[in-house]
Amino acid sequence: MEATTMTDEHEHYEAVVVGAGPGGAAAAATLARNGVETVVLERGVDAGSKNVTGGLIYAEESAPYTIDGLLPGFREHASERPVTDYYIHNIAGERVKTFDITRGHERDTEWADAVLRRKMDSWMAERVHELTRETGGGLLTGVKVNGLLREDSEGRVRPSDASSGEQSDPRDGEIVGVTCEELDPIEADFIVAADGVNSELARAAGLMDWEEPEEWFQGVKAVVDMPGDAINERFGIDDDEGEAHLFSGDLYDGVRGGGFLYTNESSLCIGNVFHLDSIVAEEAEVQDLLDALLTHPLLAQWLGEEYNEREYSAKLVPDSKKAANPSPHEGRLVLVGDAGGQMQAQGPIIKGMNHAVTAGALAAEAFVEARSRGKPNTAGERYEQRLHDEGVMAKLRPMRYEIASAAGENDITTNLAERLLDSPLGRAGVRAADTAGLLGQAYGSPYLATMMPDTKTPYVTLPTIIAEELGTRVADDTTIEPPSLGERIGELTYDTDVGNPHIVLEDDSVEASGAAVTACPVSAEGFGGGCYREETVQSNGDEERVVSLDTQPCVECGTCAIVADTQWEHPRGGKGVEFREG
Amino acid sequence: MHTVTLTKGVPDFREGQVSFDEDGHLERGNTPTVMNPNDKHALRTALQTKVRHGGRLSVMSMGPPGYGDVLGEAMESVYADELYLLSDRELAASDTWATAITIATGLQKLDETPDLVFAGFKTADGETGHTGPQACWCLDWPIITHVIALDVNEDEGTVRAKRLVEGDIEEIETVKAPMPAFVVADPEFEPTYRTAGDRLTLKDLRAETRERAKNHEEHLTTWDHADLNLDPDYIGLDGSPTIVSSVDPIPKAPAEREATMVNPGDEDGMNEVFDAMAAHAGGER
Ligand SMILES: Cc1cc2nc3c(=O)[nH]c(=O)nc-3n(C[C@H](O)[C@H](O)[C@H](O)COP(=O)(O)OP(=O)(O)OC[C@H]3O[C@@H](n4cnc5c(N)ncnc54)[C@H](O)[C@@H]3O)c2cc1C
Ligand code: SF4
Repeated sequence: MEATTMTDEHEHYEAVVVGAGPGGAAAAATLARNGVETVVLERGVDAGSKNVTGGLIYAEESAPYTIDGLLPGFREHASERPVTDYYIHNIAGERVKTFDITRGHERDTEWADAVLRRKMDSWMAERVHELTRETGGGLLTGVKVNGLLREDSEGRVRPSDASSGEQSDPRDGEIVGVTCEELDPIEADFIVAADGVNSELARAAGLMDWEEPEEWFQGVKAVVDMPGDAINERFGIDDDEGEAHLFSGDLYDGVRGGGFLYTNESSLCIGNVFHLDSIVAEEAEVQDLLDALLTHPLLAQWLGEEYNEREYSAKLVPDSKKAANPSPHEGRLVLVGDAGGQMQAQGPIIKGMNHAVTAGALAAEAFVEARSRGKPNTAGERYEQRLHDEGVMAKLRPMRYEIASAAGENDITTNLAERLLDSPLGRAGVRAADTAGLLGQAYGSPYLATMMPDTKTPYVTLPTIIAEELGTRVADDTTIEPPSLGERIGELTYDTDVGNPHIVLEDDSVEASGAAVTACPVSAEGFGGGCYREETVQSNGDEERVVSLDTQPCVECGTCAIVADTQWEHPRGGKGVEFREG
Repeated sequence: MHTVTLTKGVPDFREGQVSFDEDGHLERGNTPTVMNPNDKHALRTALQTKVRHGGRLSVMSMGPPGYGDVLGEAMESVYADELYLLSDRELAASDTWATAITIATGLQKLDETPDLVFAGFKTADGETGHTGPQACWCLDWPIITHVIALDVNEDEGTVRAKRLVEGDIEEIETVKAPMPAFVVADPEFEPTYRTAGDRLTLKDLRAETRERAKNHEEHLTTWDHADLNLDPDYIGLDGSPTIVSSVDPIPKAPAEREATMVNPGDEDGMNEVFDAMAAHAGGER
């Protein structure tokens, strides 16, 4: 029996921000500084406990907002090491050709720091709580927003759940607030969905979908423990320096994507980001692809003899070129950051956090302006306009790519490019280009990177040929042995919501959902301890292969929302996996 | 609003903490004192009232000076503002009646008369459940027991509560009383914080109290019988009409087997153990 709240009126705040990642933090800080009464709702036990990034956070010179501008002290307290050297490695077997792309990286970069999300987000959350508390709001953790509150034409306010299967269209009526798992519904004049790549709000509003694997990447990474001294010695850097390394070539069995290694204060982040459609097509076991990178002899010089993995994690990453909603708002609701697909893959360089920050601040500013003109309802349009005027949308959805991809992403051009590159002429071209210094320049060019077609050519074929033609053999031998999937799951912390699974398998046929068995980062064919399994069942005397699901070891990456037929939701507030590093 | 929660230190009955003498009597001196586990219902009700209505939250206890730490524990768990300890040798060995008189007097001595007093369901040691109602009776205030939900109307000066009435079937009745009043929460009472506002207040209180609880002594007021202006004849052992004639120890289960202690480092001893075990290895006993 519940204690009584003996009134039917909804709690009201001027602004509700859902999610305390970089997008939500930037939005809330900007709203609060402008005196807007703002409440921030974050589902994790602690801000950052649900989040995964690579990750380098960029402060772009061309961006109207940067995180240290919004939250002074950020670099000192929330980040790890700055990136002072940047390399890309093209790999073919044990041959490697490395280019220094530091200069390209520095173009339009005020600074870029490596971060770990638990530390970063929980620091930001404290600042944001202080700022928002002064407005009469504040930041709450352990609260999961589970839907939108809508007002119908007769003025009745009710929750609308896209999955509730009601007779009337749940999307009818104006959005006036949010519904939560742990709290009574909250009304607000402005609602910021900064709830990340698996945004339930964006879907409830019909602004995003979970249909096409082509629109997403999947990131899988390991945080590797390493004393600061060892990092300094092995990379040849000082305490206030850091390195970034990217990897591509033939080490991933033809899966399109690449690897990264970033130095933190006393750990390394090592991982891969692949196109989700390619993972599905190649039936790749993504944890094995991480091991392929970890055990490549090139990494032996840095990993040494002792390998101690602090955390294994994974998350979907939207590809803004295809997924960014050019008009990310409806009524009082705006989408910010990953929730609106605002994650830019500039070739191998990944920029999501900085855009989430910019978008969050722009959205907040749009509301403040709209409110001051007495037209709070125009915040969404103003936000869209600002994204456009500040050049954010042009970075997210570059025209160059739209044109280049039309020409470069069909089978004929791809085959042609592949055959040409692999011909003596193509190989000679690669050598000549290198002699002329063109390859290094090309890799450092953000201009070319945005035009890169999403085909095998730039991810696999070209790097492999470069390494074959120009590379040298790595002398080191790898001795480390990464943990098994079972061990990785065993090391993670879960607060399982027993009896209340957050994902429900709608169709257990192998055709509909079988791809999850390999693509899920905590499942594998023949592994019984993961989320997805393929099983044989007897039905009417026939043997049938079906897929089964156990959500207990789920790391909430979102992959199976797309590659399998599921009803996908986040767990309730504070439940599910808890990342300590992120 | 000013609320007072009554709490009591009780022996820690958890395995490994509690100590009994040969006759089965509790050895108070060797048993750590903790907050009466049943008082948590009262404390949680008090906290919910503070979160919803603001004001002061005090915690009061009667007991030896060592109870100060128990009160410190209460301060941390419900973010209390002030702690009161009624403590003095004259008060020792009070029964529930004498305790009730003392507590009622303590409540009257507070500079701000409480609007609500939350008393525990029953204690883990005495299990009488009398103290709260008796103190209330002394003050001639209303009391609502078995409370599972509470709503305060400050303007009206009333409290409305839902209470469990246990009979052949469980019933819930709603009652209303003028304040000041006593409230005894039922173990079924589950505080709920379903608004962002309440949760944010809770977060503020937590941050505020973290510092305060470190120096809880500074927020502790101790009153003896002289402070309370109580006649020693009416309090403590002399003022206690209840005589506990005897306490029957719960008989220990008679040991059926003999045990020999062997130091694992003692090779001969260990060999004997193995021999003894080997005899049973076939499955006989
Ligand atoms: C492996 C990998 C590598 C990456 N590398 C980089 C990199 O190097 N540089 C870079 O800039 N970006 C990188 N990214 C992308 C980057 O992490 C994201 O773009 C960025 O985190 C997006 O920020 P956000 O604020 O939009 O969302 P998030 O950071 O995902 O934050 C969303 C927040 O909302 C909360 N939330 C979600 N749903 C709810 C709900 N219903 N109720 C309440 N709270 C909710 C979540 O718990 C979370 O705290 C990488 C991503 C991955 C996975
Ligand atoms: S079950 Fe789905 S969401 Fe969970 S880890 Fe696997 S693919 Fe990701």
